[in-house]
Amino acid sequence: MTVSAATLAPDRAVRPSAGRLRWALADAMTVTWRNLINYTRIPDAIFFSSIQPIMFVLLFRYVFGGAIHVPGTTYVNYLIAGVYVQTVMFGAVSTSVGLAEDLHKGLIERFRALPMARSAVLAGRTTADMVRNVGVLALITGVGYLVGFRIQTNAGEFVAGLLLVLLFAYALSWGFAIIGLSASNSETAQLAAFPVLFPLTFASSAFVPVTSMPGWLQAFAVHQPVSQLVDAMRQLMLGGHSALWSTSNVWQALAWAVGLLVVLAPLAVLRYRRAA
Amino acid sequence: MAHFPSATADPPAVEAVDLVKVFAKGNVRALDGVSLQVAPGTVLGLLGPNGAGKTTVVRILSTILAPDGGRAAVLGHDVVGEADTVRQLIGLAGQSATVDENLTGRENLRMVGRLSHMAMRLTLERADALLEEFGLAEAANRPLKTYSGGMRRRLDLAAALVSRPPVLFLDEPTTGLDPQSRQDLWAVIEELVRAGTTVLLTTQYLEEADRLAQRVVVVDHGRVIAEGTPSELKADLGATVIEITLADPAAAAEAATLLGPQGTKEPTVDGSTVELTVEDGPRVAAEALRRLDQQEVTVVGLVLREPSLDDVFLSLTGHRAETTPTPATDGTIGDGRQPVVAGREPR
Repeated sequence: MTVSAATLAPDRAVRPSAGRLRWALADAMTVTWRNLINYTRIPDAIFFSSIQPIMFVLLFRYVFGGAIHVPGTTYVNYLIAGVYVQTVMFGAVSTSVGLAEDLHKGLIERFRALPMARSAVLAGRTTADMVRNVGVLALITGVGYLVGFRIQTNAGEFVAGLLLVLLFAYALSWGFAIIGLSASNSETAQLAAFPVLFPLTFASSAFVPVTSMPGWLQAFAVHQPVSQLVDAMRQLMLGGHSALWSTSNVWQALAWAVGLLVVLAPLAVLRYRRAA
Repeated sequence: MAHFPSATADPPAVEAVDLVKVFAKGNVRALDGVSLQVAPGTVLGLLGPNGAGKTTVVRILSTILAPDGGRAAVLGHDVVGEADTVRQLIGLAGQSATVDENLTGRENLRMVGRLSHMAMRLTLERADALLEEFGLAEAANRPLKTYSGGMRRRLDLAAALVSRPPVLFLDEPTTGLDPQSRQDLWAVIEELVRAGTTVLLTTQYLEEADRLAQRVVVVDHGRVIAEGTPSELKADLGATVIEITLADPAAAAEAATLLGPQGTKEPTVDGSTVELTVEDGPRVAAEALRRLDQQEVTVVGLVLREPSLDDVFLSLTGHRAETTPTPATDGTIGDGRQPVVAGREPR
């Protein structure tokens, strides 16, 4: 190893802290870039997280499709909205796991000693997870088309529906960030997410009409945010010709997404500041 | 851009006054009034066993952790009140702060440079120069998980140097490294200091502090228990420890009486082993063997070692550093290398 003084001479320049917002955005982009590279460096993780939504589409389409009757449309058309939402919900676990790993491996220690914006670690993580969700939604749409799914409205409404799902998932990511920052390791972070995910995803209208559930469960299933989101997506891609969903689902789902984001993001930032 | 005048009146580059840190978890008083100063352009060695509080000091000085009491400043900037300014003036490397193992070496340096708010062109320029000079140019485009331990530490240090900070904190930079990699890192640190960088490094190795540091602060249980130049500390200790193992405790007692006058302090007898602290190890060892031979006392084993951190503690506090593993009895005469201990301090 040869080391020259020229490479090592200290630089005492203090860079201006003006333009805070610009730096906050630039830092968030740098962390997003780093997280996206991380995804591509673990190809088996990409493979298996792609397999899962494909299996859900195929299994539900062909195994349960014959048994579940949905008034007004085919089961595959009904199913796809549920798979979109279920996949992004379970995908949010990666926000928890990723942050828990960064925290416990010591990367966040290094970040804390850098002059970067404090918000960038969380913003970069949630943004990278949103970019990944865009890919996941495209994949599900493609597979869905192969097995008979067809949009019944128009491209504009369909894209609006996907954006709503992305916004909801983004809001949820901040909640899962809190779990990741609170868990004692990445395994716990993963396990801690499931008690939240399972009842919300399966006691909902994602895969079966809630009318088939017992009364006490229906009361929960109808009003909880996941059902609102799934039915909003159905309204936007299948149209309003059903007794099961309506335009009011769209507004309620949007309200949930914005509400969750407004509450969860500041809580996550607070948790990040305290996480040692 | 604001430039700081190069120290004219020589105020300390790093100053800590009465730092206190209590961790609520387990109610641990990690720091109990630690004060230290690092003169500009010098190396301060912070020496202590695992759990002594070394990492906590570094975490407070590098703005990661706020102290519960006392204050600290880097180049005159308070680490709490002016944390943003401090972060632009420091580099941190070592066990507590890692880099991303899925990114390549170059990508890691680029990330740290960008997050230090340097221009992309300058970041890439410096990243390439550092990779070249640290012998990592060929590995620059490989993910870090393919690096050896020594390569990782060099990359880790390079990441701390991308912004060319005037003050550098190195938290056990060579713990767990093989002797060659350790020598390499020492050479880099010496070069950094020659170029004007101020360094605070924590270590468990007296040898490392001896080689690099102009001043050493010894901490134990969150307190400073000794301070001085390495030679001052060693003078307090006596230079070398000779361990002679004999056939039985009776022979050991006989040997202790025989060799007593050779040591700088009373020899200690433990079972059939005699421990003698002396000024001039090899000469006294040869002399001791000769004398024992003349008296027909059979020597079973002989170990010569430099004073270890444990000896520092024994000498300074009267107790062994119970959190460190048993000291080296590596059997090779004249090799004072410390045992390699991997481990982290509690957070």
